[in-house]
Amino acid sequence: MNKDDITHLASLARIRLEDAELEQFETELPAIVDYVSAVNSIADEKDTEPSPGMRPNIFREDAVTNTPNQYSEDIITQMPHSSGRFLSVKKILNIED
Amino acid sequence: MTTLSELRAKFIAGTYTPTQAVDAALQTIKQQDEGINAFLDVYQDATKEAQHATTQYAKEGASAPKLLGMPIAVKNNILVKGKKATGASKILENYTAVYDATIVQRLKEAGAIIVGATNMDEFAMGGSTENSAFGVTKNPHDTTRVPGGSSGGSAAAVAMNAVPAAIGTDTGGSVRQPAAFCGLVGFKPTYGAVSRYGLMAMGSSLDQAGPLTNSVADAELLHEVMAGVDEMDATTIDTDTYPKVPLKETYTFGVPRDFLRAGVDPDVLEAFETHIKSLQMAGHSVVDIELPLFEKGLAAYYIVMPAEVSSNLARYDGIRYGRTAEGKNLLDVYEQSRADGFGAEVKRRILLGTHVLSSGYYDAYYGKAQLVRKQMRAELAERFKTVDVILTPTAPTPAFKIGEQTDPLAMYSQDIFTVPVNLTGVPAISFPMGTVKRDDKMLPVGVQYIAPHGGDARLFDLGKKIYDERR
Repeated sequence: MNKDDITHLASLARIRLEDAELEQFETELPAIVDYVSAVNSIADEKDTEPSPGMRPNIFREDAVTNTPNQYSEDIITQMPHSSGRFLSVKKILNIED
Repeated sequence: MTTLSELRAKFIAGTYTPTQAVDAALQTIKQQDEGINAFLDVYQDATKEAQHATTQYAKEGASAPKLLGMPIAVKNNILVKGKKATGASKILENYTAVYDATIVQRLKEAGAIIVGATNMDEFAMGGSTENSAFGVTKNPHDTTRVPGGSSGGSAAAVAMNAVPAAIGTDTGGSVRQPAAFCGLVGFKPTYGAVSRYGLMAMGSSLDQAGPLTNSVADAELLHEVMAGVDEMDATTIDTDTYPKVPLKETYTFGVPRDFLRAGVDPDVLEAFETHIKSLQMAGHSVVDIELPLFEKGLAAYYIVMPAEVSSNLARYDGIRYGRTAEGKNLLDVYEQSRADGFGAEVKRRILLGTHVLSSGYYDAYYGKAQLVRKQMRAELAERFKTVDVILTPTAPTPAFKIGEQTDPLAMYSQDIFTVPVNLTGVPAISFPMGTVKRDDKMLPVGVQYIAPHGGDARLFDLGKKIYDERR
């Protein structure tokens, strides 16, 4: 795992890394990945039975359980940028650069 | 070291009131918390609730709700309606909870008074509370040392006698290890026993909320109030989900000897051996067992947990709530908000999780880890055919110095005895098994009892006999 790999992971995870962080993770992450790779030698490959404790999906009645606008005000006031009852975000089409 | 049951008796008798108890809690926080930093927020409106509770005891006496007037602190990754819920992260520093977590709702219905929110490792990631965006919490037994983590603030709040009990969350040991470091009882229920609705998700297949208390009876009381099926969390279990785990007069304990060779502090080991002798004296039998997969659990944990972290924390994007950064386009806003809002450990785990889930690596890491997890569960079920309870130290060392652990992998090894419990979903309790001396200070160390799925009551039964009666 090199610097480019970590930059790629950071971009997948939508986190901008400073140079100092990149350097730090470049030394730390390969050691951790190396450690957790031990699972490859532990897992018994012959085992193909499904996991115990797997539960089927649990559904509820497809019905509205809240009263109209019960939480709207509380949620809208937490939005960093809003316009009336709408959340505002940066334009996602026609990005120039 | 007041217990809830002692408070309850006084409240009913009228020799001490909820008003006095809540005032005392707020006073202790005011006088001592500057030096400990257990609390991120203190709720002054608790005084008013306490007055109501005092009036209610005068009218209802012993028929009042069972937690009425009890001052309790709650970890800040648990939502309390109308209060700040930060997860000790900068990205949520101004976020206010819109609803009560199910456990908070149940605690409130039972009459508990929440007096404040406690500090923690950011989004519950860490074992020392050093990863909080709002400063480290100090261990009341020695303020140069960590209280453990990630529920370090909850542990310190009880250990400094601000509150008789606090609630934490446990993904890989985050209730049990701080309980051990601070000389308390800490309980991690069977996965699904307690609703996760209103908890900030970290590792969804591992997370459970549990109490930190001064007695096992108190932990049982709080757990019983919080537990039970919740339609808002489809993973909650019913009392008949697992076969009944019977209570006994004497129990057979299994000790995984090989497991203990891995870097356990000699003084911790000595306290552990003394504890084993006391169990034998009390008529229980103790046998050696082997748990080879348990020893490797840590590797599987540091795949499953970061994978779930990377997916759960995708929601903190700077758009709908929380801290946001200015950016020239949407992508820029995401990347900068998350860069500014998350601390180093959170970023480390998100990157690790992104790696193990990325195409080409998924089968080699996540798939294998899930297989190991399943095989661990089978290994455990096999051992529980011959033993009733499995016994380990809670943590391999006593509380370490603030700033002492700088290598992430070394820090992760703190969780060696606790993570297999979360990976397999069984319940476990930690309570003090003695003290060890460091720099002329006596530091508490904890013992962990692990029971089969659904065996929560067995742990309370044993803990009350072995710990509470000697307290």
